[in-house]
Amino acid sequence: MKKAAFWIAALAVLGGLQLFVRDIVGAYNYQILVLVGINIILAVSLNLINGYTGQFSIGHAGFYAVGAYTCAGVVVYGQEAIRGATGFLPELGQNTVLLLVGLLCAAIAAGLAGLAVGIPSLRLRGDYLAIVTLGFGEIIRVLILNVEAVGGARGFSGIPQLSNFFWVYLGVVVTVVTVHNLVQSSYGRAFISIRDDEIAAEAMGVDTTRFKVLSFVVSSIFAGIAGGLFAHFTMYLHPNTFLFTTSFYLIIMIVVGGLGSIEGAITGAILVTVLLEVFREFGAFRLVNFAILLVLIMIYRPTGLLGSWTLVRAGRRPGRAA
Amino acid sequence: MAILDVKGCTKTFGGLVAVKDLNISLRQGALYGLIGPNGAGKTTIFNLITGVYTPDEGTITLAGHEIQGRKASAIARLGISRTFQNIRLFGSMTVLENVKVSQHMRKSQGLMDAILRTSRLREEEERIERDAMELLKIFHLDERAHDQARTLPYGSQRRLEIARALATEPKVLLLDEPAAGMNPQEAVELMHLIKRSRDDFGVTVLLVEHNMKVVMGVCETIQVVDYGETIALGAPREIQEDPRVIEAYLGGA
Repeated sequence: MKKAAFWIAALAVLGGLQLFVRDIVGAYNYQILVLVGINIILAVSLNLINGYTGQFSIGHAGFYAVGAYTCAGVVVYGQEAIRGATGFLPELGQNTVLLLVGLLCAAIAAGLAGLAVGIPSLRLRGDYLAIVTLGFGEIIRVLILNVEAVGGARGFSGIPQLSNFFWVYLGVVVTVVTVHNLVQSSYGRAFISIRDDEIAAEAMGVDTTRFKVLSFVVSSIFAGIAGGLFAHFTMYLHPNTFLFTTSFYLIIMIVVGGLGSIEGAITGAILVTVLLEVFREFGAFRLVNFAILLVLIMIYRPTGLLGSWTLVRAGRRPGRAA
Repeated sequence: MAILDVKGCTKTFGGLVAVKDLNISLRQGALYGLIGPNGAGKTTIFNLITGVYTPDEGTITLAGHEIQGRKASAIARLGISRTFQNIRLFGSMTVLENVKVSQHMRKSQGLMDAILRTSRLREEEERIERDAMELLKIFHLDERAHDQARTLPYGSQRRLEIARALATEPKVLLLDEPAAGMNPQEAVELMHLIKRSRDDFGVTVLLVEHNMKVVMGVCETIQVVDYGETIALGAPREIQEDPRVIEAYLGGA
């Protein structure tokens, strides 16, 4: 019952904050706050592959894009049908159903994309996997550029605003709890054993290919959800949002925060998202600042700001509720 | 009946014949030694049995099932576990977690149990933890259960590798030079642990080792290989007196 209490409290707190958070922080900061949330979902999910399972993916923006466009496409084109079927509900209820249907489709599409990329490519190691994932991200972007139904190079506009602070941070809580529970289970131990020593993991009976694909798919699903939340917050999508630089920023987040730590990924996501705004006045030199930041962190904190430090370690506190 | 039967196995790397027409037969509960000079093909034999390599010819049978050519993880699940010549622990995990990894194949928890952290999962996690701690106690590692594996001293790391291998509940345990780098006192303790593994856990042990005191003290049967071929097979005393073995180790006069 502790679990039910946790979720009710989370819903109440987020719902309460939604009522006045925008008025407190102002419209500009509100937007950044929501973007921070979306980036936390992306960073925490990417950390599952790059941090815990030790595989190097630089195609996370691809799954993010799949989710964003799927969700927006489903909602824009299925809006009438879904509103018709839920006509007995008030406007807010209809919007909720619409968003949840969109997010579900986004999660499935991104998960399937993860499976399709993961099965052939996760037999590859290190650099090779990185190149395949990079290529995948670009393929997705170029494909979208050429699909007129979602706006092609003009961008996809007319997406209804359905997501907000509440939905994004509910997504954050779901992502963090899911990834946390997963890495504390035998699945997490299998992921980390692959990172530490793949040969030994196989010898102890861990089917390494299967677990690599699994971590890839779970990670992609959350990237897809982040995409859907993003689409319905900004109400406009453009393929250039999903350039490989987006994947690159996500990698900076988890490296800066500390690979293989959920708290690290969250810290990194907050820091990098805020700094991207602060550095905006530098224009094209934004990336230079990040390069310097990365070099400094690698010199002074080679394992990231938080390292693999984590509040709760597996094994120390058995039988703890979520 | 033999629990592990290697029949006519050959493995070549390019022009080099690493293992040639090799036969090994382990009966249930044996303490079996495999020795030979450096480069004799001992580690290759281990890699063949555990599925790291596939033999070019021959069959490997575990409790009646042919296992050659299967994935290493599948063979491990069928009941063969091993340690490594150059220690391969999961360095960033704790001592306890290292042992827990090996128990994952006996889990009943599904992905949803893990994500939702159901009571079934929590009960199972408690059982896994209990079993792992018990095993660590036997190997005198329980006091360091929550330390990172890479911080352990060398001898303890070797012991942890054996504990981790036993946690998979294998039928056959392959030990690749477990006494390497151990001092005499640690080596004596190791001998007790190997015997205990057989007596208490019922595993069949195949041991590769250069420390002759350990090999002669532990093994009941010893097979000597040189250049990938068997040159002698018998009890420790017979092996020590075999002229072909003496020649292989010391060189012909």
